[in-house]
Amino acid sequence: MSGPVIKCENVYKIFGANAEKMLKDSNGNVDAKTFQENGCIVGVNNASFEVAKGEMLVVMGLSGSGKSTLLRCISRLTDATGGKIFIEGQDLLQLNNKDLIDLRRNKMGMVFQSFALLPHKTVVENIAFPLQIKGVKTEYSISKAMDMVKLVGLDGRENYFPRELSGGQQQRVGIARSLAVEPDIWFLDEPFSALDPLIRKEMQDEFLRLQEKLQKTIMFITHDFDEALKLADRIAIMKDGIIEQLDTPANIVLNPATEYVRKFTEEVPREKVLLIEDIMDKTKDNLGDLKVSKDEIIENVAEKILTQEKSVAVVDNNNDIIGSINPAKIINTVFGGRKNNI
Amino acid sequence: MEFFKKYPKTFQWLFLLVVFFALCFAIEVPETYKFIRGQAEFVKDPNQSSYVFLGKEVRYYAFDVFWRLPPLLGWLPIWINDSLFFLMNEWMPIEVWNEDTQEYKSRPLVLQISRNITAFMTFLIQLIREILLGGLETIVAFTSWDWIDKNPWAELPGLPWTIVAAGAALLSYKLSGKGLALFAGLTMVYISIFGQWKPSMQTLSFILVAAPLSFIFGLGLGIAAFKSKRVEKALYPILLVMQTMPQYAVLVPALVLFGVGDHAAVIITMVVAVPPMILLTILGLRAVPPEVIEAGRMSGCNNFQLMFKVLIPTARRDILIGVNQVIMVCFSMAVISAFIGAKGLGFNLLLALNQLNIGLALEAGLCISLIAILLDKMSLAWANKQEDYFGNLTFFERNKNLLFFAATVVIGLILAYIGTFLFKDTFNYLFEIPHNKGISTADFWNKGVDWIFETFFVYIKAFNTWLIQEVLQPMRALYLRMPAIATIVLVVGAGYLIGGIRSALVVCGLTLFIALSPWWDRALVTTYMATFGVIVSCTIGFTVGTLCFQNKHSANFMLGVCDIFQTFPSFVYLIPVMMLFGITDTSVLIAVIVYATIPATRYTIEGLRSVPAGLHDAATMSGVNKFQRLTKIEFPLAFPHMMLGINQTIVFALFMVIIGAFIGTEDLGQYILKALSDKKGAGIGLTLGICVAFIALIFDNLIRAYVQKRKKHLGID
Repeated sequence: MSGPVIKCENVYKIFGANAEKMLKDSNGNVDAKTFQENGCIVGVNNASFEVAKGEMLVVMGLSGSGKSTLLRCISRLTDATGGKIFIEGQDLLQLNNKDLIDLRRNKMGMVFQSFALLPHKTVVENIAFPLQIKGVKTEYSISKAMDMVKLVGLDGRENYFPRELSGGQQQRVGIARSLAVEPDIWFLDEPFSALDPLIRKEMQDEFLRLQEKLQKTIMFITHDFDEALKLADRIAIMKDGIIEQLDTPANIVLNPATEYVRKFTEEVPREKVLLIEDIMDKTKDNLGDLKVSKDEIIENVAEKILTQEKSVAVVDNNNDIIGSINPAKIINTVFGGRKNNI
Repeated sequence: MEFFKKYPKTFQWLFLLVVFFALCFAIEVPETYKFIRGQAEFVKDPNQSSYVFLGKEVRYYAFDVFWRLPPLLGWLPIWINDSLFFLMNEWMPIEVWNEDTQEYKSRPLVLQISRNITAFMTFLIQLIREILLGGLETIVAFTSWDWIDKNPWAELPGLPWTIVAAGAALLSYKLSGKGLALFAGLTMVYISIFGQWKPSMQTLSFILVAAPLSFIFGLGLGIAAFKSKRVEKALYPILLVMQTMPQYAVLVPALVLFGVGDHAAVIITMVVAVPPMILLTILGLRAVPPEVIEAGRMSGCNNFQLMFKVLIPTARRDILIGVNQVIMVCFSMAVISAFIGAKGLGFNLLLALNQLNIGLALEAGLCISLIAILLDKMSLAWANKQEDYFGNLTFFERNKNLLFFAATVVIGLILAYIGTFLFKDTFNYLFEIPHNKGISTADFWNKGVDWIFETFFVYIKAFNTWLIQEVLQPMRALYLRMPAIATIVLVVGAGYLIGGIRSALVVCGLTLFIALSPWWDRALVTTYMATFGVIVSCTIGFTVGTLCFQNKHSANFMLGVCDIFQTFPSFVYLIPVMMLFGITDTSVLIAVIVYATIPATRYTIEGLRSVPAGLHDAATMSGVNKFQRLTKIEFPLAFPHMMLGINQTIVFALFMVIIGAFIGTEDLGQYILKALSDKKGAGIGLTLGICVAFIALIFDNLIRAYVQKRKKHLGID
């Protein structure tokens, strides 16, 4: 596969009457304050990034940070004010209406925060909807939808109406619907934010299971940092329309790029985010018998390591020793470096 | 001075009132002034002044401009009339093929179009009427009179009433359940037994034509307005005026364009019924969550699919509430259209009222009320009904209702056939009960009315005299005593204080239109009657609403009562008051009060209910007693909503005052009624209607501006 699936170059989205003219005059130096004085609101400010095939990019930000707007630019539910967006090399903003509809019918799926199910259709009809819109035969679309029903674990409820389902079940329908056309690109806009914590966790696990199976290219929006850490390959943190940092979860926790990002990472339990690889030493002498994989999350092996007196060997996938880790390092990572600790 | 600094608004209002009263006292009543009972242009009087504008001569009595503005818009009705006449009779003649004389004939375009629409409407109404009642004109339309003479079997027989009644009950059962089915069945049986079958079916056929057409037009225009800001902006003022224009007034132009009869009534009914449909369509489509629209787009819908597969089904309930509104408006128009010769229940009611046969009127009125309730409940049940899944049902289960209906048709036909043997020498009661062969209670009611008059005449008369002499006459005199300039200053000042410069300008424009029309005095009389009605209605409504609110059950009960009363066409309210008070201003005012109390009560209860439960609890925990909670928490928060109730009360009161002209009042309504029987009445009727609508819109504008401000202040929505 050549090139990224999603590519954004200097994308701007500015709301307001003469947004385009103001953007042109600003020469790419968009200052939210001056724009606001002139009656324009900056939604996305100079976003550039790429998403590779099979990668999951989580966009994290508080409400009003422009994360949903960014997603809507990429799905072209709104037109970006400036910049370029490529979907598998195709210039998205140049597509005419017919091609855009074709792209959505075949390549894109989207899940919404409020589920956005059609109240007059049953579960299976809702899931078959994108297929029927495409003009697929009813018989085939229903059998395909039934497969999806099974995939998200709603068997037996296919003839229910959305009003008869719980929130979690409704979102399962939303997920199934977005997958019905077997899209390559999957957009999720705060899919679990409207659910209560227990269901949310269950859905996150379910989601990871699905992704392992399907390997879609994903853009996932959330305002929950823990959720981002749990799911992401890479995280983009947004504030006031600007992407403050775009990196792997470990790097974001270890090396926050800005003060804003640092505030977020401060309270994060490191042992849940960092891998052994991230904190190991390169020295390989004075090792004990125990070996741990470099891809383990610290939390999972901490107890084992802490009971050792000597350093523990770190091995890669081929079981070759590539470094070591000692109990002191673990204690330091978990408890050290926090402001509030005395 | 401290006080004024603290409450600058109070100071401004006081100042406005001082100016108003100063103007009132400073401007003397001109000696020549009298309330003009006839219309100026028809009276030849040496004291009249006149001017010519656009080729129209307008005669009027001239007064000091501060006292009464000259009728500078007096040419407008005459001009509208002449334009309409020109359009109908002279503009754009086209050649039309005449079937009967086998030659081309020249005819004006608009006349031809209106003839074609008329013919189409007549055909539709006739078709449905003949399905329900039987007849041969539909068949004739496709063949000829000669053909039907030779083939008498082809005449449509009409449905036996048993089938229609059973059909109504079945439909109600499917929509709502046993209760409504029982009500539908009983209503139909009542109608039939009391000999109102034919007029009822005539009215029903009228609705069956008008409502679907209004629905289609309303939905189409609503979609257009939803999609295009420009269309919405163009439609909005028309919608506003149409919502506040008395239904009475639109009848007049219809008379000119489409003539007398059912077809004209259907067309004008559509004009009245389409606006609420448009509004509710827009409202419903707007209420569709943006994420659902996005989900539709991401599923790859094109615009057409998005509208018909996503938006409209999602907005189903609001759109069906629109259908409910359409049906109710159609029904009340079906009654009022009796004035331009539409057949049906309204016609019988009008006839009975004209003959002062209260008993007959009461029977027709009861029928009208029952059908109104039935139509309202059925369409509401349809709107609230949620779809059931039927994919895996058997053929019988899926088509249960259809099969049942087929069975009733067969049974009904058999019964009707048996009837031909049972009632050999008389009418077939199992087929259709003729108008005068049903049970009638008219005599009983008439005797009752006579008894009431004989027994209570003294008291009613004393009350009447007291009300008219002590309250109404002085109030009317006060209203008429206001110099035009003072009124305008008061209204515009209020507009400025409440809604700022924009509101002031709008209100000023509306008031000036009325002031410059030839009917300022009449408008004052209309306003005085409406004001009296509104004050009494609001007092009753607020009190009753507040009292009922104290208990959940009584509140629900009261809302139910309001629901039922609201479905009655306004005309019906005249029957009982005429029964009790005869033909006086008091009757009209009491009808106004009864009718206008409905929204006042409803909005009071709804407003009090809208106070958030959290606040309620917070207040209770602060240790307030019931009375304190009401005055300190609930009233202030419910007040904006209650003000909207006053708004509705004003519109309702105005409608009733105008319709009250039928009993005999001296306001704008009387002229509208006159215009109905006048060949040149179209312009006058329309202008008068606009005047009434503008009175309502002035108050509407002020109240809405206030409510918006207040809601913002309180942080409600």
